[in-house]
Amino acid sequence: MCLLRENRGPGQQPSFKGALILESWPIYRVMGDGTVAPNVVPNELALKIYQDMVLLRTFDEKALNLQRQGRVGTFPPSLGQEATEIGSAHALSKQDWMAPSYRDHGALYVHGVPFENVILFAMGRAGSLAGDVRALPSSIPIATHLPHAVGLAMAARMQGEDAVAIAYFGDGGTSEGDFHEALNFAGVFKAPVIFLCQNNGWAISTPVSRQTGSATLAQKAEAYGIRGRRVDGNDALAVYQVVRESRERALAGHGPTLIEAVTYRLGPHTTADDPTRYRDTEEVGAWRGDRDPIVRLGAYLDQQGILTADDLEKIRVTALEWVNQAVEAAEAMPPVTPLDMFEHVYATMPPRLIQQLQDFEGSDR
Amino acid sequence: MPEQNMVQALNTALHEMFADDPRVLLMGEDVGKNGGVFRVSGGLYDKFGAERVMDTPLAESGIIGTAIGLAVGGMRPIVEIQFMGFLYPGLDQLFSHASRLRTRSLGQVTVPLTLRMPYGGGIRAPEQHADSAEAYLTHTPGLKVLVPSTPYDAKGLLYAAIEDPDPVIFLEPIRCYRLGRMEVPEGRYTVPIGKARVARPGTDLSLIAWGAMVNLAEKVADKFQEAGISIEVLDLRTLAPLDKEAIGNSVAKTGRCVILHEAPRTGGLAGEITALIMETAFWDLKAPVARVTGFDVPYPAYAWEDFYMPNVSRVSRVVTETLKD
Repeated sequence: MCLLRENRGPGQQPSFKGALILESWPIYRVMGDGTVAPNVVPNELALKIYQDMVLLRTFDEKALNLQRQGRVGTFPPSLGQEATEIGSAHALSKQDWMAPSYRDHGALYVHGVPFENVILFAMGRAGSLAGDVRALPSSIPIATHLPHAVGLAMAARMQGEDAVAIAYFGDGGTSEGDFHEALNFAGVFKAPVIFLCQNNGWAISTPVSRQTGSATLAQKAEAYGIRGRRVDGNDALAVYQVVRESRERALAGHGPTLIEAVTYRLGPHTTADDPTRYRDTEEVGAWRGDRDPIVRLGAYLDQQGILTADDLEKIRVTALEWVNQAVEAAEAMPPVTPLDMFEHVYATMPPRLIQQLQDFEGSDR
Repeated sequence: MPEQNMVQALNTALHEMFADDPRVLLMGEDVGKNGGVFRVSGGLYDKFGAERVMDTPLAESGIIGTAIGLAVGGMRPIVEIQFMGFLYPGLDQLFSHASRLRTRSLGQVTVPLTLRMPYGGGIRAPEQHADSAEAYLTHTPGLKVLVPSTPYDAKGLLYAAIEDPDPVIFLEPIRCYRLGRMEVPEGRYTVPIGKARVARPGTDLSLIAWGAMVNLAEKVADKFQEAGISIEVLDLRTLAPLDKEAIGNSVAKTGRCVILHEAPRTGGLAGEITALIMETAFWDLKAPVARVTGFDVPYPAYAWEDFYMPNVSRVSRVVTETLKD
């Protein structure tokens, strides 16, 4: 059973065989039919979220092109997941710790990491995804960064900071042992942490039905004594609200939340992946158009009278300019040096690394 | 100056560190009220409370992963793994994250984490408790690996580990925990990371060892002393980074070397140390470098432990062979 194939249209509750279970895990939604909550996001912020979503889409399309031209390496686009990436990150404070996975450059951007750093990362230059912002470098192994978020949250609480930690991961990540261990620790220690699972339907070629026998991912929270929430991951305003509320709850000492954001990966897993090998275009097509997170927020803003077709075009043009500037900035960076590779292994380079660097620099390479 | 065994020296060090630095935490299985299965953390829970002396769920990856987050977030966590044989679920956290975050972030994200664990055999422990798996760790760039063999070094190296800005693995030889007492200073002092110790000077052959094997090396040296043969015992104390200079100096002086470890032979550190001797003291060698190690079998249940563990007669045979001509 693939949850997402049966989830037709933003306005409908998906129909499952385990409908009884699902009714206790409703999808939180603000925009469109089937709305379960009123919107609380002010217009100005909604517009900012929209601009950032367009920027992320533009960036991903640009990065895909750059990869085809051989200017960047393997790249994981977040096409279709912009609402969850951008909506969630806008609900955080800069004091909060972010523990991202490899597809979360959108959230990192909102948290303060510039897009040129993302391009550098895609050019094989590690180190670009952390910096002055409170974020770990993107975790490449699956779900092993979830315990880090628990520890970061506990550290913030111990030091009396007004901060939470948030971990980003996917549906495949819920199968890993560290998912269990992290949620278990979070439950035991009531850590102020948010686990944001983007259920995009696919872990490369493996559907979510091969990750779990559960009807939902959110319900797994119950086993750990923590709160679970399901949200329409293509509804940026709903994602914002659920993350915001989870954050406030964590800061008030009420513990962690597991959020399952139901979304869809419109593109390939990475530029090295060909999704036509394992899923039909019909399925992908059903998530385009009216269900596209950018189209949905655009329609909402239009209804509110905040956005006109002219504005929309302007936002796209501006986004493209920003992205082009970021590419130029990244490509203008000086090339890497052998020293970069040696000098950050330890705080102080041990004698054997000094020797190895000297040997390398004295050689013909 | 009080006389202490290794458990007491470590326990005193922990009490002092907790009193000195509010960022220091201890986390692990049964480290709280129970004081750890070897009582290394005895009394800490009562004095400093459950927030800083944390009994955790039984999950090595979760413990180390959470400690990584605590370390990045500004705390100074000390993790106790109950036995080295139970470390393996946590290796992913060490290999994929603790050892790499500094490199991956170009120095922006650092992990000042100390990971303590009893290791090695010789106390008739149940199966899978007595592994000597240091080579997996020393092979991993980004980690430091320390092994004290005396109460004095245990305390001084633990201070050095906690104060180090990078992840440090601190291996406590189970057989040395209560092996003997010696004078251990009160208060803070450090033993430098990366520096070996000449446990006893000698001129005819170098015995290189660490952990519980140091005591064995000293026994062998005593035995040969009676025959007028002077053996130098070099206690490495730090396995990563190795003290290449001390190894080279000792072997250049004696011209003969036998390396001891209780870990299995193949891929064990004796091979690496031999290669360092080739680089530093090859032209001073009077005999091939030899090694006495555990066998390439899983660490056995204790009925076979005495066959497995290097002992005075096995080491003496190899030393005698190396001393020929």
